[in-house]
Amino acid sequence: MGRGRHRWLAALACAALLAFSGMAAAELRIEISEGVEKAVPVAIVPFGWEGELSAPADVAGIIAADLARSGRFAPIPVADMLQRPTAGREVDFDDWRILGVEYLVVGRLLPAGEDFTIQFQLFDVLRGRQLLGYRQPARRRLLRATVHRVADMLYEELTGVPGVFGTRIAYVTVSGGPDARHYRLVVADADGENARVLVDSPAPLMSPAWSPDGRKLAYVSFERDHSEIYVQELRSGARQRVSARRGVNSAPAWSPDGRYLALTLSRQDGNLDIYTLELATQLLKRLTRHPAIDTEADWSSDGRWLYFTSDRGGGPQIYRIAADGSGRPERVSFEGSYNARPRVSPAAEQLAVVHNDRGNYRIATIDLRRATLQVLTDGRLDESPSFAPNGETLIYATRQGNRGVLATVTVDGRIRQRITALEGDVREPAWSPFPAN
Amino acid sequence: MYSIKHLGVALLILLLAGCAGQSGGSQGDDLFGEYGGEEAAAATAGTGADEGIPAGSAFGEGGESVVAGPSASAENRLIYFDFDSSEVREQYRELLAAHARYLAANPAARLRLEGHADERGSREYNIGLGERRAQAVRNLLLLQGASAEQLSTVSYGEERPAVLGSDEEAWSLNRRVELVYQR
Repeated sequence: MGRGRHRWLAALACAALLAFSGMAAAELRIEISEGVEKAVPVAIVPFGWEGELSAPADVAGIIAADLARSGRFAPIPVADMLQRPTAGREVDFDDWRILGVEYLVVGRLLPAGEDFTIQFQLFDVLRGRQLLGYRQPARRRLLRATVHRVADMLYEELTGVPGVFGTRIAYVTVSGGPDARHYRLVVADADGENARVLVDSPAPLMSPAWSPDGRKLAYVSFERDHSEIYVQELRSGARQRVSARRGVNSAPAWSPDGRYLALTLSRQDGNLDIYTLELATQLLKRLTRHPAIDTEADWSSDGRWLYFTSDRGGGPQIYRIAADGSGRPERVSFEGSYNARPRVSPAAEQLAVVHNDRGNYRIATIDLRRATLQVLTDGRLDESPSFAPNGETLIYATRQGNRGVLATVTVDGRIRQRITALEGDVREPAWSPFPAN
Repeated sequence: MYSIKHLGVALLILLLAGCAGQSGGSQGDDLFGEYGGEEAAAATAGTGADEGIPAGSAFGEGGESVVAGPSASAENRLIYFDFDSSEVREQYRELLAAHARYLAANPAARLRLEGHADERGSREYNIGLGERRAQAVRNLLLLQGASAEQLSTVSYGEERPAVLGSDEEAWSLNRRVELVYQR
């Protein structure tokens, strides 16, 4: 007993060291490859700063980059600005109307003891009217994250949809030759900055899944020569092995209340089925019982249903079953010979899936009410779709030449981005929930 | 600059090695593990040269002999599959029968069946395909005289391709089960 406990603590310490090692993080570069034909021209005027040294962050630059990356806005260059007001009363709207700017953001970064206050105003230039004015406190350590939160507020005011600039992306990178592979589980800000390595392993890492509070990741690791599921706290790096049963332990997905993991196990008979695991009690419940492959479940937003892939009908298709295990699975995808890896939209009755489109694997959405399918991407080997928490955008894995890269596409198919790492392959992106306040 | 970076990598490797050794040691009292004694051998997986155990040889119906067991050639420890299929092709039946005879004759021998898929489609579904292929091989070996405690399976899905590349040839070489004798 005492020995077992000692080992467990050592395991925690090792995981924590790995978490803090955080080096050699794969930096990401994001480019908009296709935007809306008419991105709205906006002006984000450089923020005023009255502190002693130089400003600790380029607030306007970060906001402008966020809005530009959304593809919906086109911030004008600072050099084109005829005036640089930092408060509403200094604004001459005619100077902005001449430039064709529709919306204007001005503000100041103010010292507040050790920390800061971001004071900003958003104006409708045509009407000469303030749409939003706010003073946002910002901890020094979290200044950049807080600026993303300001961009989220601006985005929501202008589009009616919550912004996701303050969210994060988890992904897996693979580098090194066949005999010296490095699999890394990385978490970065949605703009690709601030990448941190959470796990670094010579054996495959798979299927990162965010807890609903955004504080933990579940993932699959082969570090002990077979698949096992771990749950790791982001902040401390402490982790726990939650499933190391005989056979396959895979495809973790958190219930919306964070109490359960859906997972795929093969147990003794080697047959993959869907289970739920109550994390606090380790109580395991089997939901499907079929000789076919049943795997990669995801929960409906209300927690009542699990959508999953099954090839019980021949090829892989999407089915759903009640999360309490009652009733029989019912099929929900009907178009095409291959639909797999369902992810439930947080915003609509919609699934994202991997769909075989005439021999190409592409990301598609399925409208659950009308049972219609829409193909969104045009790659050959697209996979692993994950919804942004506002449901507006999907991130997925694709190829650029022989390299694995990430890409995003809006669910209306209009705006696309490509995200490449500076080295190696990137795969299995998982978009975080909204940050907790 | 570079040397600092290399030092960091070296430290990380040491750290990982320490962690790997540590977690291996805790396997025995793993609360959630169903891995019993025989599985502990999997922690020391290796396909090194044979020592002591004589290599079995078998005679095929077609007259050509195949060598099974740990000293079988790499080619005789690989089973390839068709796209989206876990059916063992006719051509491998005699090879697997020879491995089964080796296992029956060497009760202490342990064989790990590593199932793989090609890169197309969903990663988790491919874990399923790899497991199903490993199980198909396992079932044939059991039918022909190997015993259950000699066999273990693992699926790597598309995570450990034998060949890099995105064409039919690479895909066909990656849809496989590897027979890995444990020491």
